[in-house]
Amino acid sequence: MFVLAAVAIPREAFWAHALAGSLLLGVIVLAELPAGFVARRMIVEVPILIFALLLPFVGRGETTQVVGLTLSVEGLWGAWTILAKATLGVGASIVVSATSTVPDLIRALGRLHVPRVITAIAGFMVRYLDIVAGEFSRRRVAMASRGYEPRWLWQGGPLAQSAGSLFIRSFERGERVHQAMVARGFSGRIPVYGAEKATPGQWLAGLSVPGAMVTLAVLSLTVP
Amino acid sequence: MHIPDGFLNGATSAGTAVVAAGSVGLSIRKAGAYLQDNMIALTGLVAAFVFALQMLNFPVGAGTSGHLLGGALAVILVGPWLGITAMSVVVIIQALLFADGGVTALGPNVLNMAVITGLAGWSLFRVMIRLLPKSWVSVTVATFTAALVSVVASSVAFVLEYGFGGRGNVELGTVFAAMVGVHFIIGIGEGLISAATVAAVGAARPELIAGLGGAGITSQGSRPIRSGVWGFAFSGLVVAALLVLVVAPLASSEPDGLERVTADQGLIESAEEHVLAESPLAEYEVDGVEDEAAGTRVAGVVGVLVTFGIGAAIVGVFVVLRKRSATTV
Repeated sequence: MFVLAAVAIPREAFWAHALAGSLLLGVIVLAELPAGFVARRMIVEVPILIFALLLPFVGRGETTQVVGLTLSVEGLWGAWTILAKATLGVGASIVVSATSTVPDLIRALGRLHVPRVITAIAGFMVRYLDIVAGEFSRRRVAMASRGYEPRWLWQGGPLAQSAGSLFIRSFERGERVHQAMVARGFSGRIPVYGAEKATPGQWLAGLSVPGAMVTLAVLSLTVP
Repeated sequence: MHIPDGFLNGATSAGTAVVAAGSVGLSIRKAGAYLQDNMIALTGLVAAFVFALQMLNFPVGAGTSGHLLGGALAVILVGPWLGITAMSVVVIIQALLFADGGVTALGPNVLNMAVITGLAGWSLFRVMIRLLPKSWVSVTVATFTAALVSVVASSVAFVLEYGFGGRGNVELGTVFAAMVGVHFIIGIGEGLISAATVAAVGAARPELIAGLGGAGITSQGSRPIRSGVWGFAFSGLVVAALLVLVVAPLASSEPDGLERVTADQGLIESAEEHVLAESPLAEYEVDGVEDEAAGTRVAGVVGVLVTFGIGAAIVGVFVVLRKRSATTV
Protein backbone atom coordinates (compact mmCIF):
# COMPACT_ATOMS: atom_id res chain seq x y z
CA MET A 1 0.00 0.00 0.00
CA PHE A 2 2.89 2.28 0.84
CA VAL A 3 4.38 1.70 -2.59
CA LEU A 4 1.07 2.14 -4.40
CA ALA A 5 0.56 5.46 -2.67
CA ALA A 6 4.11 6.48 -3.48
CA VAL A 7 3.61 5.71 -7.14
CA ALA A 8 0.33 7.63 -7.16
CA ILE A 9 1.82 10.92 -6.04
CA PRO A 10 1.97 13.30 -9.01
CA ARG A 11 5.52 14.06 -10.01
CA GLU A 12 5.17 17.80 -9.59
CA ALA A 13 4.48 17.51 -5.89
CA PHE A 14 8.02 17.78 -4.57
CA TRP A 15 6.78 18.46 -1.05
CA ALA A 16 4.82 15.21 -0.99
CA HIS A 17 7.85 13.22 -2.02
CA ALA A 18 9.96 14.95 0.59
CA LEU A 19 7.42 14.15 3.30
CA ALA A 20 7.24 10.56 2.15
CA GLY A 21 11.00 10.33 2.25
CA SER A 22 11.16 11.63 5.78
CA LEU A 23 8.40 9.23 6.78
CA LEU A 24 10.42 6.36 5.42
CA LEU A 25 13.55 7.64 7.15
CA GLY A 26 11.61 7.83 10.39
CA VAL A 27 10.52 4.22 10.05
CA ILE A 28 14.07 3.13 9.32
CA VAL A 29 15.30 4.91 12.44
CA LEU A 30 12.48 3.41 14.49
CA ALA A 31 13.32 -0.04 13.25
CA GLU A 32 16.91 0.51 14.35
CA LEU A 33 18.25 -0.59 11.00
CA PRO A 34 21.93 0.25 10.62
CA ALA A 35 22.60 2.81 7.92
CA GLY A 36 25.28 0.73 6.25
CA PHE A 37 22.93 -2.23 5.98
CA VAL A 38 20.25 -0.14 4.32
CA ALA A 39 22.78 1.47 2.01
CA ARG A 40 24.17 -1.87 0.91
CA ARG A 41 20.70 -3.21 0.16
CA MET A 42 19.96 -0.14 -1.90
CA ILE A 43 22.77 -0.97 -4.30
CA VAL A 44 20.26 -3.01 -6.31
CA GLU A 45 18.90 0.28 -7.46
CA VAL A 46 22.12 1.40 -9.14
CA PRO A 47 21.41 0.27 -12.75
CA ILE A 48 18.09 2.08 -12.62
CA LEU A 49 19.78 5.19 -11.25
CA ILE A 50 22.20 5.13 -14.17
CA PHE A 51 19.29 4.83 -16.60
CA ALA A 52 17.47 7.66 -14.86
CA LEU A 53 20.51 9.90 -14.92
CA LEU A 54 20.89 9.34 -18.65
CA LEU A 55 17.28 10.29 -19.38
CA PRO A 56 17.71 14.07 -19.48
CA PHE A 57 20.50 13.64 -22.01
CA VAL A 58 18.70 11.34 -24.41
CA GLY A 59 15.12 12.51 -24.00
CA ARG A 60 13.17 14.13 -26.77
CA GLY A 61 10.83 17.06 -26.65
CA GLU A 62 11.53 20.59 -25.53
CA THR A 63 14.81 21.31 -23.84
CA THR A 64 16.10 23.75 -21.26
CA GLN A 65 19.54 24.97 -20.36
CA VAL A 66 20.96 23.74 -17.08
CA VAL A 67 24.49 24.66 -16.13
CA GLY A 68 25.29 25.10 -19.79
CA LEU A 69 23.98 21.68 -20.82
CA THR A 70 20.94 21.22 -23.01
CA LEU A 71 18.67 18.82 -21.23
CA SER A 72 15.29 17.48 -22.18
CA VAL A 73 12.45 18.63 -19.96
CA GLU A 74 10.61 15.35 -20.21
CA GLY A 75 13.84 13.58 -19.49
CA LEU A 76 14.43 15.65 -16.37
CA TRP A 77 10.91 14.94 -15.13
CA GLY A 78 11.35 11.28 -15.91
CA ALA A 79 14.67 11.12 -14.09
CA TRP A 80 13.22 12.82 -11.00
CA THR A 81 10.12 10.60 -11.00
CA ILE A 82 12.06 7.39 -11.35
CA LEU A 83 14.64 8.36 -8.74
CA ALA A 84 12.06 9.44 -6.21
CA LYS A 85 9.59 6.62 -6.60
CA ALA A 86 12.11 3.86 -7.06
CA THR A 87 14.01 4.95 -3.96
CA LEU A 88 10.81 5.07 -1.95
CA GLY A 89 9.82 1.65 -3.20
CA VAL A 90 13.21 0.11 -2.58
CA GLY A 91 13.41 1.68 0.87
CA ALA A 92 10.01 0.33 1.83
CA SER A 93 10.88 -3.15 0.58
CA ILE A 94 14.13 -3.11 2.53
CA VAL A 95 12.32 -2.14 5.71
CA VAL A 96 9.78 -4.90 5.28
CA SER A 97 12.28 -7.58 4.45
CA ALA A 98 14.67 -6.53 7.20
CA THR A 99 12.14 -6.44 9.98
CA SER A 100 10.20 -9.62 9.30
CA THR A 101 11.37 -13.19 9.27
CA VAL A 102 11.07 -14.97 5.97
CA PRO A 103 8.46 -17.50 7.18
CA ASP A 104 6.37 -14.59 8.44
CA LEU A 105 6.65 -12.86 5.09
CA ILE A 106 5.60 -15.95 3.21
CA ARG A 107 2.70 -16.50 5.59
CA ALA A 108 1.73 -12.88 5.02
CA LEU A 109 1.70 -13.46 1.28
CA GLY A 110 -0.65 -16.37 1.86
CA ARG A 111 -2.92 -14.17 3.93
CA LEU A 112 -3.01 -11.72 1.05
CA HIS A 113 -4.50 -14.50 -1.03
CA VAL A 114 -1.43 -15.22 -3.06
CA PRO A 115 -2.13 -18.73 -4.40
CA ARG A 116 -0.99 -21.37 -1.94
CA VAL A 117 1.02 -23.05 -4.65
CA ILE A 118 3.26 -20.04 -4.98
CA THR A 119 3.74 -19.54 -1.26
CA ALA A 120 4.48 -23.23 -0.78
CA ILE A 121 7.06 -23.22 -3.58
CA ALA A 122 8.51 -20.00 -2.21
CA GLY A 123 8.81 -21.59 1.22
CA PHE A 124 10.64 -24.54 -0.20
CA MET A 125 12.84 -22.32 -2.33
CA VAL A 126 13.91 -20.19 0.60
CA ARG A 127 14.40 -23.25 2.78
CA TYR A 128 16.72 -24.93 0.31
CA LEU A 129 18.33 -21.84 -1.14
CA ASP A 130 20.88 -21.79 1.64
CA ILE A 131 21.69 -25.43 1.07
CA VAL A 132 21.97 -25.17 -2.69
CA ALA A 133 23.91 -21.91 -2.64
CA GLY A 134 26.14 -23.32 0.05
CA GLU A 135 26.86 -26.36 -2.08
CA PHE A 136 27.68 -24.12 -5.00
CA SER A 137 30.07 -21.98 -3.03
CA ARG A 138 31.72 -25.09 -1.56
CA ARG A 139 32.40 -26.24 -5.10
CA ARG A 140 33.90 -22.88 -5.97
CA VAL A 141 36.11 -23.08 -2.92
CA ALA A 142 37.11 -26.59 -3.92
CA MET A 143 37.99 -25.36 -7.41
CA ALA A 144 39.90 -22.41 -6.00
CA SER A 145 41.82 -24.61 -3.61
CA ARG A 146 42.86 -26.65 -6.60
CA GLY A 147 44.09 -23.51 -8.30
CA TYR A 148 41.17 -22.67 -10.63
CA GLU A 149 39.57 -19.28 -10.22
CA PRO A 150 37.77 -18.30 -13.42
CA ARG A 151 37.58 -14.59 -14.02
CA TRP A 152 36.56 -14.42 -17.64
CA LEU A 153 33.56 -15.77 -19.43
CA TRP A 154 35.37 -18.31 -21.55
CA GLN A 155 36.91 -19.81 -18.47
CA GLY A 156 33.50 -20.76 -17.20
CA GLY A 157 33.54 -24.35 -18.43
CA PRO A 158 34.25 -26.13 -15.15
CA LEU A 159 31.93 -23.69 -13.38
CA ALA A 160 29.13 -24.72 -15.69
CA GLN A 161 30.04 -28.34 -15.09
CA SER A 162 29.58 -27.86 -11.38
CA ALA A 163 26.34 -26.02 -12.11
CA GLY A 164 25.19 -29.05 -14.06
CA SER A 165 25.93 -31.49 -11.29
CA LEU A 166 24.39 -29.02 -8.85
CA PHE A 167 21.20 -29.21 -10.86
CA ILE A 168 21.18 -32.98 -10.78
CA ARG A 169 21.75 -33.01 -7.03
CA SER A 170 19.09 -30.35 -6.42
CA PHE A 171 16.65 -32.25 -8.58
CA GLU A 172 17.25 -35.52 -6.77
CA ARG A 173 17.10 -33.73 -3.44
CA GLY A 174 13.69 -32.44 -4.48
CA GLU A 175 12.53 -35.96 -5.19
CA ARG A 176 13.94 -37.23 -1.87
CA VAL A 177 12.24 -34.41 0.00
CA HIS A 178 8.98 -35.28 -1.68
CA GLN A 179 9.34 -38.95 -0.80
CA ALA A 180 10.12 -38.03 2.79
CA MET A 181 7.02 -35.88 2.88
CA VAL A 182 4.88 -38.66 1.47
CA ALA A 183 6.36 -41.08 3.99
CA ARG A 184 5.21 -38.74 6.74
CA GLY A 185 1.71 -38.58 5.39
CA PHE A 186 1.74 -35.69 2.94
CA SER A 187 -1.42 -35.89 0.90
CA GLY A 188 -0.81 -33.08 -1.55
CA ARG A 189 -2.54 -30.28 0.34
CA ILE A 190 -0.41 -27.66 1.96
CA PRO A 191 -1.46 -27.04 5.57
CA VAL A 192 -1.75 -23.50 6.85
CA TYR A 193 -0.14 -22.77 10.21
CA GLY A 194 0.11 -19.91 12.61
CA ALA A 195 -3.35 -18.45 12.26
CA GLU A 196 -2.98 -16.08 15.16
CA LYS A 197 -5.08 -13.00 14.85
CA ALA A 198 -3.47 -9.60 15.10
CA THR A 199 -4.62 -7.38 17.96
CA PRO A 200 -6.26 -4.04 17.19
CA GLY A 201 -3.16 -2.34 18.53
CA GLN A 202 -1.00 -4.20 16.02
CA TRP A 203 -3.42 -3.30 13.24
CA LEU A 204 -3.20 0.35 14.19
CA ALA A 205 0.56 0.30 14.34
CA GLY A 206 0.78 -1.57 11.08
CA LEU A 207 -1.57 0.72 9.20
CA SER A 208 -0.13 3.95 10.53
CA VAL A 209 2.64 4.39 7.96
CA PRO A 210 0.70 3.21 4.88
CA GLY A 211 -2.27 5.23 6.09
CA ALA A 212 -0.13 8.33 6.36
CA MET A 213 1.20 7.66 2.86
CA VAL A 214 -2.28 7.26 1.39
CA THR A 215 -3.38 10.51 3.05
CA LEU A 216 -0.30 12.17 1.61
CA ALA A 217 -1.04 10.84 -1.85
CA VAL A 218 -4.66 11.94 -1.73
CA LEU A 219 -3.66 15.38 -0.52
CA SER A 220 -1.04 15.75 -3.21
CA LEU A 221 -3.54 14.71 -5.88
CA THR A 222 -6.33 17.03 -4.75
CA VAL A 223 -4.44 20.06 -3.49
CA PRO A 224 -2.54 21.52 -6.43
CA MET B 1 16.72 -6.06 -15.78
CA HIS B 2 14.50 -5.70 -12.75
CA ILE B 3 12.11 -2.82 -13.23
CA PRO B 4 11.60 -0.66 -10.12
CA ASP B 5 8.49 1.15 -8.92
CA GLY B 6 7.47 4.27 -10.74
CA PHE B 7 9.21 3.32 -13.95
CA LEU B 8 6.17 2.39 -15.99
CA ASN B 9 2.78 4.00 -15.78
CA GLY B 10 -0.16 2.31 -14.13
CA ALA B 11 -1.85 1.06 -17.26
CA THR B 12 1.25 -0.75 -18.53
CA SER B 13 1.97 -2.27 -15.13
CA ALA B 14 -1.59 -3.46 -14.76
CA GLY B 15 -1.82 -4.80 -18.29
CA THR B 16 1.41 -6.77 -18.08
CA ALA B 17 0.40 -7.99 -14.62
CA VAL B 18 -2.77 -9.49 -16.07
CA VAL B 19 -0.87 -11.25 -18.83
CA ALA B 20 1.78 -12.45 -16.39
CA ALA B 21 -0.78 -13.71 -13.89
CA GLY B 22 -2.63 -15.58 -16.59
CA SER B 23 0.50 -17.22 -17.97
CA VAL B 24 1.82 -18.16 -14.54
CA GLY B 25 -1.55 -19.53 -13.54
CA LEU B 26 -1.63 -21.67 -16.66
CA SER B 27 1.92 -22.88 -16.02
CA ILE B 28 1.08 -23.83 -12.43
CA ARG B 29 -1.97 -25.77 -13.51
CA LYS B 30 -0.11 -27.62 -16.24
CA ALA B 31 2.83 -28.32 -13.95
CA GLY B 32 0.48 -29.60 -11.29
CA ALA B 33 -1.22 -31.92 -13.77
CA TYR B 34 2.14 -33.15 -14.98
CA LEU B 35 3.71 -33.69 -11.58
CA GLN B 36 0.75 -34.04 -9.27
CA ASP B 37 1.84 -33.96 -5.68
CA ASN B 38 5.54 -33.92 -6.41
CA MET B 39 5.27 -30.45 -7.78
CA ILE B 40 5.86 -28.27 -4.76
CA ALA B 41 9.08 -29.79 -3.53
CA LEU B 42 10.59 -30.20 -6.97
CA THR B 43 9.69 -26.72 -8.19
CA GLY B 44 11.01 -25.28 -4.96
CA LEU B 45 14.32 -27.01 -5.49
CA VAL B 46 14.52 -25.90 -9.14
CA ALA B 47 13.75 -22.36 -8.02
CA ALA B 48 16.50 -22.57 -5.40
CA PHE B 49 18.88 -23.84 -8.07
CA VAL B 50 18.06 -20.94 -10.42
CA PHE B 51 18.41 -18.46 -7.57
CA ALA B 52 21.80 -19.88 -6.64
CA LEU B 53 22.93 -19.66 -10.26
CA GLN B 54 21.84 -16.04 -10.49
CA MET B 55 24.64 -15.21 -8.12
CA LEU B 56 27.05 -15.95 -10.95
CA ASN B 57 28.20 -12.57 -12.20
CA PHE B 58 30.30 -12.07 -15.25
CA PRO B 59 31.76 -8.85 -16.64
CA VAL B 60 30.24 -7.52 -19.85
CA GLY B 61 32.56 -4.61 -20.34
CA ALA B 62 32.35 -0.89 -19.51
CA GLY B 63 32.38 -1.65 -15.82
CA THR B 64 29.07 -3.42 -15.74
CA SER B 65 28.47 -7.04 -15.01
CA GLY B 66 25.59 -9.19 -16.00
CA HIS B 67 24.29 -12.20 -14.23
CA LEU B 68 22.67 -15.37 -15.38
CA LEU B 69 18.92 -15.18 -15.68
CA GLY B 70 18.36 -18.89 -16.02
CA GLY B 71 14.97 -18.80 -17.74
CA ALA B 72 15.95 -20.77 -20.80
CA LEU B 73 18.13 -23.12 -18.78
CA ALA B 74 15.28 -23.84 -16.39
CA VAL B 75 12.76 -24.66 -19.10
CA ILE B 76 15.20 -26.76 -21.10
CA LEU B 77 16.03 -28.81 -18.02
CA VAL B 78 12.58 -29.23 -16.48
CA GLY B 79 10.09 -28.26 -19.18
CA PRO B 80 8.11 -25.09 -19.84
CA TRP B 81 5.47 -25.31 -17.11
CA LEU B 82 7.77 -26.20 -14.24
CA GLY B 83 10.39 -23.80 -15.54
CA ILE B 84 8.09 -20.81 -15.83
CA THR B 85 6.56 -21.51 -12.42
CA ALA B 86 9.98 -21.76 -10.77
CA MET B 87 11.23 -18.61 -12.50
CA SER B 88 8.18 -16.59 -11.50
CA VAL B 89 8.59 -17.63 -7.87
CA VAL B 90 12.24 -16.54 -8.06
CA VAL B 91 11.29 -13.14 -9.51
CA ILE B 92 8.47 -12.62 -7.00
CA ILE B 93 10.65 -13.45 -4.02
CA GLN B 94 13.44 -11.25 -5.36
CA ALA B 95 11.03 -8.36 -5.57
CA LEU B 96 9.40 -8.91 -2.19
CA LEU B 97 12.32 -10.05 -0.10
CA PHE B 98 15.35 -8.53 -1.76
CA ALA B 99 13.93 -5.25 -3.10
CA ASP B 100 15.18 -6.30 -6.53
CA GLY B 101 12.36 -5.01 -8.65
CA GLY B 102 9.41 -2.91 -7.58
CA VAL B 103 6.30 -4.39 -6.01
CA THR B 104 4.13 -2.44 -8.42
CA ALA B 105 6.35 -3.64 -11.25
CA LEU B 106 5.83 -7.33 -10.47
CA GLY B 107 3.66 -7.70 -13.54
CA PRO B 108 6.18 -6.60 -16.14
CA ASN B 109 9.07 -8.18 -14.23
CA VAL B 110 7.44 -11.60 -14.05
CA LEU B 111 6.31 -11.31 -17.65
CA ASN B 112 9.74 -10.35 -18.94
CA MET B 113 11.98 -12.52 -16.85
CA ALA B 114 9.87 -15.60 -16.27
CA VAL B 115 7.21 -15.97 -18.95
CA ILE B 116 8.92 -14.54 -22.00
CA THR B 117 12.32 -16.07 -21.34
CA GLY B 118 10.69 -19.41 -20.66
CA LEU B 119 8.47 -19.40 -23.73
CA ALA B 120 11.11 -18.06 -26.08
CA GLY B 121 13.77 -20.40 -24.76
CA TRP B 122 11.56 -23.47 -24.90
CA SER B 123 10.13 -22.81 -28.37
CA LEU B 124 13.45 -22.02 -29.95
CA PHE B 125 15.12 -25.00 -28.33
CA ARG B 126 12.41 -27.41 -29.50
CA VAL B 127 12.43 -26.03 -33.03
CA MET B 128 16.20 -26.28 -33.31
CA ILE B 129 16.31 -29.77 -31.83
CA ARG B 130 13.90 -30.91 -34.49
CA LEU B 131 15.80 -29.29 -37.30
CA LEU B 132 19.38 -30.04 -36.33
CA PRO B 133 20.99 -33.49 -36.63
CA LYS B 134 20.66 -35.59 -33.51
CA SER B 135 23.86 -35.09 -31.60
CA TRP B 136 25.04 -33.51 -28.37
CA VAL B 137 26.69 -30.73 -30.37
CA SER B 138 23.30 -29.69 -31.68
CA VAL B 139 21.91 -29.78 -28.16
CA THR B 140 24.65 -27.42 -27.05
CA VAL B 141 24.12 -25.13 -30.03
CA ALA B 142 20.35 -25.17 -29.50
CA THR B 143 20.74 -24.35 -25.81
CA PHE B 144 23.12 -21.49 -26.56
CA THR B 145 20.80 -19.98 -29.16
CA ALA B 146 17.71 -20.47 -27.02
CA ALA B 147 19.33 -18.82 -24.01
CA LEU B 148 20.70 -15.92 -26.06
CA VAL B 149 17.37 -15.26 -27.76
CA SER B 150 15.47 -15.57 -24.49
CA VAL B 151 17.53 -12.79 -22.91
CA VAL B 152 17.22 -10.58 -26.00
CA ALA B 153 13.47 -11.26 -26.18
CA SER B 154 13.15 -10.24 -22.55
CA SER B 155 14.88 -6.94 -23.24
CA VAL B 156 12.76 -6.36 -26.35
CA ALA B 157 9.66 -6.87 -24.23
CA PHE B 158 11.03 -4.31 -21.79
CA VAL B 159 11.53 -1.84 -24.63
CA LEU B 160 7.97 -2.43 -25.82
CA GLU B 161 6.63 -1.84 -22.33
CA TYR B 162 8.71 1.30 -22.07
CA GLY B 163 7.29 2.41 -25.39
CA PHE B 164 3.77 1.99 -24.06
CA GLY B 165 4.17 3.59 -20.71
CA GLY B 166 7.67 4.45 -19.68
CA ARG B 167 8.74 7.72 -18.15
CA GLY B 168 11.17 10.12 -19.69
CA ASN B 169 10.08 10.25 -23.32
CA VAL B 170 13.26 8.82 -24.76
CA GLU B 171 13.48 7.96 -28.42
CA LEU B 172 12.42 4.34 -28.63
CA GLY B 173 15.19 3.56 -31.04
CA THR B 174 17.78 4.76 -28.52
CA VAL B 175 16.28 2.69 -25.75
CA PHE B 176 16.09 -0.27 -28.08
CA ALA B 177 19.69 0.02 -29.17
CA ALA B 178 21.00 0.44 -25.63
CA MET B 179 18.89 -2.21 -23.94
CA VAL B 180 19.01 -4.86 -26.61
CA GLY B 181 22.66 -4.20 -27.27
CA VAL B 182 23.70 -4.74 -23.67
CA HIS B 183 21.40 -7.70 -23.25
CA PHE B 184 22.75 -9.27 -26.41
CA ILE B 185 26.17 -9.38 -24.77
CA ILE B 186 24.67 -10.67 -21.53
CA GLY B 187 22.79 -13.21 -23.62
CA ILE B 188 26.03 -14.52 -25.04
CA GLY B 189 27.27 -15.14 -21.51
CA GLU B 190 23.98 -16.73 -20.56
CA GLY B 191 24.08 -18.87 -23.67
CA LEU B 192 27.58 -20.14 -22.97
CA ILE B 193 26.85 -21.00 -19.35
CA SER B 194 23.49 -22.59 -20.14
CA ALA B 195 24.92 -24.66 -22.97
CA ALA B 196 27.77 -25.89 -20.81
CA THR B 197 25.40 -26.72 -17.94
CA VAL B 198 23.03 -28.68 -20.16
CA ALA B 199 25.99 -30.52 -21.63
CA ALA B 200 27.18 -31.36 -18.12
CA VAL B 201 23.75 -32.67 -17.12
CA GLY B 202 23.52 -34.58 -20.37
CA ALA B 203 26.84 -36.27 -19.74
CA ALA B 204 25.66 -37.59 -16.39
CA ARG B 205 21.87 -37.99 -16.47
CA PRO B 206 20.55 -37.25 -19.98
CA GLU B 207 17.17 -38.69 -19.13
CA LEU B 208 16.56 -35.76 -16.79
CA ILE B 209 16.58 -33.14 -19.54
CA ALA B 210 12.95 -32.39 -20.26
CA GLY B 211 13.76 -30.46 -23.40
CA LEU B 212 14.94 -33.62 -25.09
CA GLY B 213 11.73 -35.42 -24.33
CA GLY B 214 13.19 -37.05 -21.25
CA ALA B 215 10.77 -38.18 -18.61
CA GLY B 216 12.43 -35.68 -16.34
CA ILE B 217 10.99 -37.25 -13.26
CA THR B 218 11.72 -40.69 -11.97
CA SER B 219 8.88 -40.82 -9.49
CA GLN B 220 5.36 -41.92 -10.20
CA GLY B 221 2.72 -40.05 -12.05
CA SER B 222 4.86 -38.49 -14.74
CA ARG B 223 4.98 -38.79 -18.46
CA PRO B 224 7.43 -37.49 -21.07
CA ILE B 225 6.75 -34.18 -22.74
CA ARG B 226 5.32 -34.56 -26.22
CA SER B 227 4.76 -31.47 -28.30
CA GLY B 228 3.18 -32.82 -31.47
CA VAL B 229 2.07 -30.67 -34.37
CA TRP B 230 0.57 -27.85 -32.37
CA GLY B 231 3.70 -27.57 -30.27
CA PHE B 232 5.78 -27.23 -33.41
CA ALA B 233 3.36 -24.69 -34.88
CA PHE B 234 3.40 -22.64 -31.71
CA SER B 235 7.19 -22.73 -31.57
CA GLY B 236 7.35 -21.67 -35.20
CA LEU B 237 5.01 -18.77 -34.50
CA VAL B 238 7.12 -17.62 -31.59
CA VAL B 239 10.28 -17.75 -33.69
CA ALA B 240 8.58 -15.81 -36.49
CA ALA B 241 7.32 -13.24 -34.02
CA LEU B 242 10.78 -12.86 -32.54
CA LEU B 243 12.27 -12.36 -35.99
CA VAL B 244 9.67 -9.71 -36.74
CA LEU B 245 10.13 -7.92 -33.48
CA VAL B 246 13.88 -8.06 -33.27
CA VAL B 247 15.34 -8.39 -36.73
CA ALA B 248 12.89 -6.73 -39.11
CA PRO B 249 13.25 -3.16 -37.85
CA LEU B 250 16.98 -3.47 -38.29
CA ALA B 251 16.51 -4.18 -41.96
CA SER B 252 17.99 -1.72 -44.38
CA SER B 253 15.68 1.05 -45.54
CA GLU B 254 17.53 1.42 -48.82
CA PRO B 255 15.49 0.51 -51.88
CA ASP B 256 15.80 -3.08 -52.93
CA GLY B 257 17.47 -4.22 -56.13
CA LEU B 258 14.48 -3.86 -58.43
CA GLU B 259 13.50 -0.46 -57.12
CA ARG B 260 17.05 0.76 -57.39
CA VAL B 261 17.50 -0.35 -60.97
CA THR B 262 14.19 1.07 -62.13
CA ALA B 263 14.97 4.35 -60.40
CA ASP B 264 18.35 4.52 -62.08
CA GLN B 265 16.87 3.79 -65.48
CA GLY B 266 14.13 6.32 -65.04
CA LEU B 267 11.40 3.73 -65.25
CA ILE B 268 10.08 4.27 -61.78
CA GLU B 269 7.91 7.22 -62.77
CA SER B 270 5.77 4.98 -64.89
CA ALA B 271 5.04 2.66 -61.98
CA GLU B 272 1.46 2.90 -60.82
CA GLU B 273 0.49 3.04 -57.25
CA HIS B 274 -0.49 -0.25 -55.72
CA VAL B 275 -4.20 -0.90 -55.67
CA LEU B 276 -4.13 -1.39 -51.94
CA ALA B 277 -1.81 1.51 -51.14
CA GLU B 278 -4.40 3.08 -48.88
CA SER B 279 -4.92 0.03 -46.70
CA PRO B 280 -4.07 0.35 -42.99
CA LEU B 281 -0.90 -1.71 -43.14
CA ALA B 282 0.49 -0.42 -46.42
CA GLU B 283 4.28 -0.20 -46.72
CA TYR B 284 4.61 -2.21 -43.49
CA GLU B 285 3.54 0.80 -41.50
CA VAL B 286 0.48 1.24 -39.36
CA ASP B 287 -1.75 4.27 -39.50
CA GLY B 288 -1.74 6.00 -36.20
CA VAL B 289 1.57 4.62 -35.00
CA GLU B 290 4.07 7.32 -35.73
CA ASP B 291 7.24 5.61 -34.71
CA GLU B 292 8.30 3.82 -37.84
CA ALA B 293 10.08 0.99 -36.15
CA ALA B 294 7.12 0.21 -33.92
CA GLY B 295 4.82 0.38 -36.93
CA THR B 296 6.98 -2.12 -38.78
CA ARG B 297 6.84 -4.46 -35.83
CA VAL B 298 3.10 -4.25 -35.42
CA ALA B 299 2.56 -4.73 -39.14
CA GLY B 300 4.95 -7.66 -39.09
CA VAL B 301 3.22 -9.38 -36.20
CA VAL B 302 -0.16 -8.88 -37.83
CA GLY B 303 1.23 -10.27 -41.06
CA VAL B 304 2.63 -13.35 -39.34
CA LEU B 305 -0.63 -14.06 -37.57
CA VAL B 306 -2.74 -13.54 -40.67
CA THR B 307 -0.44 -15.72 -42.79
CA PHE B 308 -0.46 -18.42 -40.15
CA GLY B 309 -4.22 -18.23 -39.88
CA ILE B 310 -4.75 -18.51 -43.61
CA GLY B 311 -2.18 -21.26 -43.95
CA ALA B 312 -3.73 -23.22 -41.09
CA ALA B 313 -7.16 -22.75 -42.59
CA ILE B 314 -5.99 -24.04 -45.99
CA VAL B 315 -4.31 -27.05 -44.38
CA GLY B 316 -7.40 -27.61 -42.28
CA VAL B 317 -9.59 -27.64 -45.36
CA PHE B 318 -7.33 -30.22 -46.99
CA VAL B 319 -7.30 -32.38 -43.88
CA VAL B 320 -11.08 -32.33 -43.70
CA LEU B 321 -11.37 -33.14 -47.38
CA ARG B 322 -8.93 -36.03 -47.04
CA LYS B 323 -10.81 -37.45 -44.10
CA ARG B 324 -14.03 -37.23 -46.02
CA SER B 325 -12.60 -39.02 -49.04
CA ALA B 326 -11.02 -41.67 -46.82
CA THR B 327 -14.27 -42.56 -45.13
CA THR B 328 -16.08 -43.09 -48.42
CA VAL B 329 -13.80 -46.01 -49.34
